[in-house]
Parts: sequence; C-alpha cells; structure tokens
Amino acid sequence: MKSRASRSTAPVMRRSRGEEVYNVFNILFFIAFAFVCVYPFYYLIVNSISDNAASAAGDVNWWPAGIHWENYKQVFALDGLTTAAFISLARTVIGTALTVIASAFLGYMFTQKKMWHRAFWYRFIVVTMYFNAGLIPMFITMKNLGLTNNFWVYVLPAIVQPFNIILVKTFVESIPDSLQEAAQMDGAGTLTVFRKIVLPMCTPILATVAIFSAVGQWNSFQDTLIYMTDSKLYSLQYLLYTYINQANALAASVKASSGTAMNMAALATQQTPTSIRMTVSVIVVLPILFVYPFFQRFFVKGMMLGAVKG
Amino acid sequence: MHTRRKVVGVVAQALEDGGSDVALAISETSRQRRRRKSGRQAGSKSHAIRLWLLILPFVILAVLFCYLPLFGWVYAFFDYQPPIPLSESEFVGLQWFKMMVQNPAQLQTIGQVLMNTFAMSGLNILTSFFPLIFAIALNEIRAKWFKNLVQTLTTLPNFISWVLVYAVAFAMFSSTGMVNELLQNMNVISEPIKFLDSDSLTWLKMLLWGIWKGLGWGSILYLAGISGIDQELYEAAQVDGANRFQQIIHVTVPQLMPTYFVLLMLSVSNFLNNGMDQYFVFQNAFNMQHIQVLDLYVYNVGMGNNSLSLATAISMLKSLVSVGLLVVVNWMSKRTRGESIV
Repeated sequence: MKSRASRSTAPVMRRSRGEEVYNVFNILFFIAFAFVCVYPFYYLIVNSISDNAASAAGDVNWWPAGIHWENYKQVFALDGLTTAAFISLARTVIGTALTVIASAFLGYMFTQKKMWHRAFWYRFIVVTMYFNAGLIPMFITMKNLGLTNNFWVYVLPAIVQPFNIILVKTFVESIPDSLQEAAQMDGAGTLTVFRKIVLPMCTPILATVAIFSAVGQWNSFQDTLIYMTDSKLYSLQYLLYTYINQANALAASVKASSGTAMNMAALATQQTPTSIRMTVSVIVVLPILFVYPFFQRFFVKGMMLGAVKG
Repeated sequence: MHTRRKVVGVVAQALEDGGSDVALAISETSRQRRRRKSGRQAGSKSHAIRLWLLILPFVILAVLFCYLPLFGWVYAFFDYQPPIPLSESEFVGLQWFKMMVQNPAQLQTIGQVLMNTFAMSGLNILTSFFPLIFAIALNEIRAKWFKNLVQTLTTLPNFISWVLVYAVAFAMFSSTGMVNELLQNMNVISEPIKFLDSDSLTWLKMLLWGIWKGLGWGSILYLAGISGIDQELYEAAQVDGANRFQQIIHVTVPQLMPTYFVLLMLSVSNFLNNGMDQYFVFQNAFNMQHIQVLDLYVYNVGMGNNSLSLATAISMLKSLVSVGLLVVVNWMSKRTRGESIV
C-alpha cells in the first residue's frame, strides 16, 4: 500500500525567509483561534467555583479566587434543575438506544432482497430526508397525536433517521453475502442473522450513530420550546435558556427601580443571577466536554461517512 | 440454542479461514439450500410479506412524523383559531397567501424577513471557503501534535447547543460580561458596550458566531481530503520547481474543489433554511428587525402571535421553494459534473 503521509511530514526542504514569516503567523493564528474556542468554557468553569463577589467585580479571568462549591449546591437545590437533568438524561439514553436499534435493524432489513417491494419502501423512508412539513403543521400534528406535554415527543420522532439507515445499509452491503448465506444454511432466520452476525459486525458504525444522536438529544432545545408547557418536562437546555432570560429581565428591572426590586431573591441568598447562570451553563456543557475528547475519532468518522454518502 | 451456537461457529470459522473455506461451507450445504428453496417457492410471497411486517412499525413512525404533518398544510386555507376545531373553522381559500402580497404592512415585514434570510445565507455562502483555507493552513504546520490539538479544540464549539453559545455570549459580551468588565477595569471605556442588546451589525455578529461554532468542524472534511491527495502530484510539482505556495494553488486547491463544490451546492439548496435556534436565542427587542429570518418569523407568527394559519401558509411556501431549489441544484450538478448531490 502506498504511503499517504500528509504534506507536512514530507522531507524538509530549505525554507525561504518569507516562508518562515508565514509559518510564524500561521501558528500564531491557530493558537489564537483555538484559544477563542476554548477560553469561554474555561471562563465559565472558573467563575462558577470562584468567590461570587470577586466574580461579579470581573476579577476572575484566569485563576479561580476563593474556591467554593456553594453555587453547585444551591443550583441543585433549585426546583427545576434536578427534574430537567433527569429529563435530559432520560431522553438522551432512551432516544439514542431506540434510534441505534432502529437504524441497525432497518439498515439490515433493506438489504433483504426478498422483502415485499423493498425498493419502494426504502425510498419511502429515505425521501423523508428531503422535505419538511414545517414547524406549525408539525406542532398541530403532535397536538392531535396527544404528544404535546408528553415525554415521548422527545424520542418517537427521532427514531427513524434516514441518514443513519443509509449509513448502516451501505455498511451491511459491504459485508460478504456468504456470511449471511452460510448462517441461513444452518437454519438461522432473518432475525437471528441480524442479532448474531450483522449487529456485532456493525458496532463501529453504530457507535458513530450513537454518539451523534446522543449529542443531538442532549443539545436539543427547540422541541421543548414548541411542544412543552409543563415545566416538569423541561430539558436542561431549555431551563438554561429561561435562566439567562430571567437574569436579563432581572438586570433590566434592577436598573429601572435602582436596586429596590430583588424579585429573584427566591432563587438564592448569596447567589447572583450571574453565578447561577454560569453554574447551570457548566452543568449543561460538562457532559459534552467530558465525552468529546474520547469520542472525537467517532465524530470525525461519522463526518467522513456522511461525506461519502452526501 | 443449539442451532444458534452452530451459526456462530460457522461464521467465526468463515471469518478465520477466509474466502475459500466460506465457499466450501456453502458448497457443502448447497444441496440443503436447493431443497429448502423448492419447498419455499409457494411460500415465498408470504415470506416477503413477513419481512415487510417486520419493518412496518417503523414505516408507521415515518408516516406519523413525516407524511402526516404534510396534511397540516390544509390549515393554510382555513381561518384556524386554536380552540375551535378545523371542521368548524372558516374556509378562506388563498386569503393568507394574498394577504402576504397585498397588505402593505405585511409585505414590508416579509420583505425585511426575506432580506435577513438572504443576507445570512448569502454571507454564509460568501465565507464558505474559510474552512478550506483553514484546513490548508493547518496542514502547512509540521508538528503533528499541534495539528491534532488545534483540531480537537476548534471543533469543540460545534458540539454545544445554540443555547450554550448564547450562554457563552452572555458571559463574555453582556454589559456585565467579561469583555466589558475587562475594558472598564483597564479604563478603556466608561460605559459598557452593548454587544448583545443593540441592532448594530447584527448580520455580521450572527455570521461570526456561526464561524466560531462551525469553522473547525467544517475544515475536518478538507483535512481528510488533503491527506488523501496523491504524494506524487506534489513530487511532480517540486520537480517543476513549484514552491510551497504554488503547490497549494496548483495541486491542493484543485484536488479539493469537488468536495467544495458539493458542499456549496448543498448550502445553496438550503438557502431558505437558516434554522431558528441561533436566531431565536440571540433575538431581543433591539435586534428584532435584522435578526428575524424566515424560520424564526414562522415561529414568531405561529407560536408568538398564535396566527397558525398564516404561519402555515408561509412555511408551506418555504418548503416548496426549498424542494424546488434542491431539484434545480441537483439538476445543475448533474449537468456540470455528471453526478447528483443527493
């Protein structure tokens, strides 16, 4: 196999002065951009554990000052947060599991040439990728199906994902037919072949599907906004949004009545709206920060597969 | 239980021993297969149906959540006021569509919304080559660990939601945010700058947030493309005396063009679909005029003002135009490159 080393590892040629200058600027640019991408998260984390007064005065930019965990204790004592965290976790786990199973199963089933009008049903599912009824018809439909203010609206519409099905189908087609045939010779039915042969072999692609759908579920915000009025079913993302906006309104009202109105006092005693906002932000982003470095290669692979297909 | 183990055994062995033994395994059982086939001939139709029944639940899900909502388009032809059911609503024909172009106030709003949509999508398309340059420049750096680190750090924002982006924006740029505090502490400014609560340069700000979130991620595809370029092309260019810059212009860029073209076409076909998350979280009373793109407008009209019928009419037009764009772009791609993009 021909080595495909990337350009930068090619034998070093002598560099001109211009190239050296270019190199320095290049490196500086990437350091700056990477910093801009990461620093805000660092800032949030550091401020959420720092002394709230110092944080409010804008003194905490690099190192935490007066580390304490009071913010987290207070925030978890807030009414909605534990429920919202549970809802977000539940939709991520259940939604991901169901869409992974469905993608694997459908991707496999659509390779079964004996299925009744297989080509038609495959297209019937795949074509849904290209149109969208729109937000309001979707809302009315969900309402008529009794799915507004219902946890399952987070999960059910996300189960059948044409894109994932195409990915799995392409993958299954690359497995030699002889494997499936050999198993069928031994009397294995369609479902047994799926469970015993296809599923184990599809693990890499299913991991990619799982990671993408888990991030999607965790980050999803619009469905809460549109379908939910019951605060018991709010997701973490939506709760964070309401906190930011409440803090917004609070700042405005405090300004208007010059500090007399402290209508957010119920939230916490020493906690400022800013500290609460930042702490909740950290809680929402932390799972992504933890998961991301370990699964980056899956993300990248998913992108590649998508590109091959798209 | 017993058959199951046997199946696994056969497969495991096939995997271990490679192709020839698979062929052997098959030839050994081919008699068996022939026998079964003849027996099944009559029942093959019912077997086909049985296979179909297995996917039926998922077909139903697709019908419920993708096809059924299309019937919601009929609401665009009624005067639907939520508590009153559709059957008792008044049929108004094309009234909502006429209203969009006849009512001057409505027309002006829609004009502004369209302008915002075109501006945001247009700016995105104009800057669509940024990831390409980002990838080429990053690839020029020799240290592999540095490249990997930059790649990891710059793709991170892609995986957080727009709500979190807004939380970040608020922490950094609100009047009590990090940037304002810093500038005030350094006595550069006396009054906080209103980055978020103003309508200055809204389009540009939205573009910059989009770049912050998506640039690193967008470059991954090109980075992979670069590592797949045949090294001989570079060697040939070097023999011809091309310097590094000339190699980029004459080898790297042309090799990446097909990828760029496909992505460009996709973004053209999504011209009207900005999505609403970004604009929804950043919208406020100040920047409303320039931030309201079509998707957000549909939400604001439908859910905010409760004019479900008008909102449906708008989003119906939008969907039709989008599908039309996709078809046109796909046709163009077929004509120019002999390849479809969908």
